Amino acid sequence: MQYQAQGFDETFTSEGQPRPACEEFYRRLQMIGPDELGRRQQAAELQFRNAGITFNVYGHEDGVEKVWPFDIMPRVLDGAEWSSIEAGLRQRVMALNLFIDDVYNERRIIKDGVVPEELLRTSKTYRPEMEGFSPTHKAWCHVNGVDLVRDKDGQIYVLEDNLRCPSGVSYVLENREVMKRSFSQVFHGVSIAPVEEYPEKLLQTLQSVAPPSAHQPLAVVLTPGVYNSAYFEHTFLAQQMGVQLVQGSDLAVVDNVVFLRTTHGLHRVDVIYRRIDDDFLDPECFRKDSCLGVAGLMRAYRAGNVALANAPGTGVADDKAVYAYVPQIIKYYLDEEPILNNVPTYLCGDPQQRDHVLANLDKLVVKPTNESGGYGILMGPQATDEQRAAYVDLIRSNPRNYIAQPMLQLSTVPTLIGDRLEPRHVDLRPFVLAGEEVYVMPGGLTRVALNAGSMVVNSSQGGGSKDTWVLRN
Amino acid sequence: MLSRVADSIFWMSRYIERAENVARYIDVNFNITLGAESDNPLQWAPLVYTTGDHELFKELYGEGERDSVLRFLAFDDRNPNSILSSVNAARENARTARDSITAPMWEQINRFYLMVQSVAKSGAALHDPNEFCDAVKLNSHALVGHTYTTMSHGEAWHFSRVGRLLERADKTSRILDVQYYHLLPSINDVGSALDLVRWNALLRSTSALTMYRRVHGRIVPDRVADFLILDRDFPRSMRFCVMRAQDSVSEITGSRPGTFTCRTEQLAGRLRSEMDYTAIEDVIREGLHEYIDRFQLLLNGIGEALQADFLSPADHTKTPILQSQRQA
Repeated sequence: MQYQAQGFDETFTSEGQPRPACEEFYRRLQMIGPDELGRRQQAAELQFRNAGITFNVYGHEDGVEKVWPFDIMPRVLDGAEWSSIEAGLRQRVMALNLFIDDVYNERRIIKDGVVPEELLRTSKTYRPEMEGFSPTHKAWCHVNGVDLVRDKDGQIYVLEDNLRCPSGVSYVLENREVMKRSFSQVFHGVSIAPVEEYPEKLLQTLQSVAPPSAHQPLAVVLTPGVYNSAYFEHTFLAQQMGVQLVQGSDLAVVDNVVFLRTTHGLHRVDVIYRRIDDDFLDPECFRKDSCLGVAGLMRAYRAGNVALANAPGTGVADDKAVYAYVPQIIKYYLDEEPILNNVPTYLCGDPQQRDHVLANLDKLVVKPTNESGGYGILMGPQATDEQRAAYVDLIRSNPRNYIAQPMLQLSTVPTLIGDRLEPRHVDLRPFVLAGEEVYVMPGGLTRVALNAGSMVVNSSQGGGSKDTWVLRN
Repeated sequence: MLSRVADSIFWMSRYIERAENVARYIDVNFNITLGAESDNPLQWAPLVYTTGDHELFKELYGEGERDSVLRFLAFDDRNPNSILSSVNAARENARTARDSITAPMWEQINRFYLMVQSVAKSGAALHDPNEFCDAVKLNSHALVGHTYTTMSHGEAWHFSRVGRLLERADKTSRILDVQYYHLLPSINDVGSALDLVRWNALLRSTSALTMYRRVHGRIVPDRVADFLILDRDFPRSMRFCVMRAQDSVSEITGSRPGTFTCRTEQLAGRLRSEMDYTAIEDVIREGLHEYIDRFQLLLNGIGEALQADFLSPADHTKTPILQSQRQA
C-alpha cells in the first residue's frame, strides 16, 4: 500500500508501519483490493442518500439539504489511550458544571481571584436572569461536545468546549450503522466499544434532571424546525429516544406549567431537551422578536415546573475567553491537575497578550469568542496581508471578543480519495452527558478535512466524517 | 399526538395518494392513445379537468396537447398538484414528522422523492410515461405497505389513513364525473353503442376492471357507476373510502358507534349512513353529475372539519385542560 503520511498519522507510524492498535484492521484491509474499497465507499454513500441522512447548509441555492459526507476508512483509537481521554472529559465537564453553578450563585471563584470578574461581566453568553438559580443536581451542561485535536507531537489537546447545543452525535450513530452494513468485512474479529447506548443514556440523563414532582417524566426535544442546520439530528434523537419532537408553537405555558398541544388537548411536559439557543427560547425573557420559542417558558423553568437541557446560561462556560481559564477552574473546584491540556491561548482582552498576538498574527489562529461552525476565524499563517490587517482592526476595536492560539498541525487519517488512500487532517468531538451521573460515549465524531492540506473540518465548510473506533483491549 | 404532527402525517398520505392518482390518469390515457387512428389533442384535455387544475393549465400552456399536459401533470412545479409537487410536499411533511413515522416509511418516501426528481431532470418520461407511472404507483403502494406493517395502528396511523381515503374518494369521484360526461353526455344514452376501449380505460384508471368484471360481468354504464360509487368492498369506491375514513375518525375520538363528539365525526357519519342507504337508481334520479358535485362538497366539509377539530385546533389554552376529550 502506497501511503505517505506527513506529520502525525493516526493509523501509521512515520516508518509506514501500522500502529499497534491498527494492526488487525490493517491486516483485514490488505485483503481488500482498491476496487472493492471503492465499491464499499459507494455503497455507503448510497445508504446515506437513500436514508436521507442530511445536514442543512445556509445560503446554498441548490437546496439546503446536503447528504452527510462520509469516508469509509475508520479512525482507530487505542483503548488505553481512550481511558485517559475519557477520564479527562469527565473531569472537565464536572468542573465546568461546578463553575457555572458557582458563577450564578456564590461566585467563590471570583472572590478568590481565580477568574477575573471583568471576564464574566463582558461575556455575551452570561445570563443575569439565572442569578440565584440552581437546576436539579446542579447540572447545567447536560449534553457536551468537546472538540479534541492531536498535534504533531502526538498529544491530544482540547480545542474548545461546546456546551450550548453541540451537534453531531446522530452522525456518530449513523456512521456506525452504515459502516456495519456497507463494510462489514473489517469488523470481524475486532472488538469495538459500542456507541449504540447513547440514546438510552441521553433519555436517562434527561429524565434524571426532571422536576422532583414528576413521577414518570415526559421529555421532548425542542427544535427550531426543518430549516435548522441540525434538523436531521433533532428528529433522529427524538425518534431514537421515543420522545416527541416539538416546535415552539407546539408548546403552551399555562400558570407556569408547560403543555403540549395535542389532538386530545393539553399534556404536561417535564423535560425539554432544547436545541434552540438561549436568545430564542422565550420572547418574554430574551429576544422579543423570537418566534421559535415559547412565551413564558422561563417563568415555568424558574418556578421549577420544567427542566431545560442544557440549562439557560450554560454558554458562559464555553465563551472562548473563559476556555483559557479551564485548567485553573479544574484545579480550583476539584483540586486535581487537568488530564487533558488546553491549547495555549492568548486573550486579546489582556493588553500584554494582545500585543503579543498583534505582533505574531502570521503565526497564530485568531477566533471570535462566541462563534461556532468555523465562522470568523483567521488562519494567520495562510492569510494574506490584507486579511491580517483587517483582523488587526477587528481585534483593536473589540479585544474582548478575540483569542489567539498557535497553529496546530492536526493529525491525519488515511482517507479514500479517488481510488487511493491519502492522509487527511481530522479532529474528534466526543460527547459527554451529565445529569445525576456522567456518561462519556466511547469515541465520538471524527471530522475530516477532505481537501489536501486543509485543517478545516466543519461540515458547513466541506468537511466529511469517519466512523470512530475505540478498541477494547 | 401533537396536532402539528397529525397534520403532517395526514397531508403526507394525502399527497402520496394524489401523486398516485395522477400517475393512473396519465398511464391509462396514454394507453388509449396508443393505436388510436390519430393523436387526437382532445384526448388529453379532460385529464386536466380530472385534477381540477384546468384554469392554471390554460394560464400556463393555453391549449391542451399531449406533451404540455404530461409536463403539467407530472413535472411542473408551478402546478401544486403535479406528481413532482405532490411528492415534494409529501416528503416535506414527512420530514417535519420524521420522528413520528417509522424508518422504513421515511426511507420509502425519500427514495420515491429521489426517483421523481431524477426522472423529472432526465425528461425521458415525457416520451414514454408508462415506466414512470408504474414506478410512481409502486412507490406509493410500497409506502402504504410500510405504513400498514411498520407503524402501530394508533392515532397517527388513523390520520394517515383518513388523509389517503379522503384524497382517494375525491379522485375517484372526479374521474367518474369527467370521464362519464365524456363517454355518456346524458345518462339517457344508456344502451347506445359503447366505446368499449374507453369504458375499459375508465375502470382501469381506478384499477377496477378485474373486480368490476367479477361483480358485474359485462360493462354496463350504470353498473360501472354503481361499482365506483357504492361498492362496499372495492377499496377505491367512494363509499368504501368514506366508510373506512369514518372508522378511523371514530378510532381517533373513541366514540361509541352511532354517536359523535365532534363535527368531523358528525359529517363523516352522516355521509356514510346516507351512502349505506343509497341505490344507484337514486343517484341516477338525482343526476350523476349533481350527485358527485354534492358528494365532493360533503367530502370537503369533512376535510375542513377535521382540520379544525384536530389539526389546527383553536387555542387550547383558553379551554379547560383535559387529559382527554373522549366521551363515553
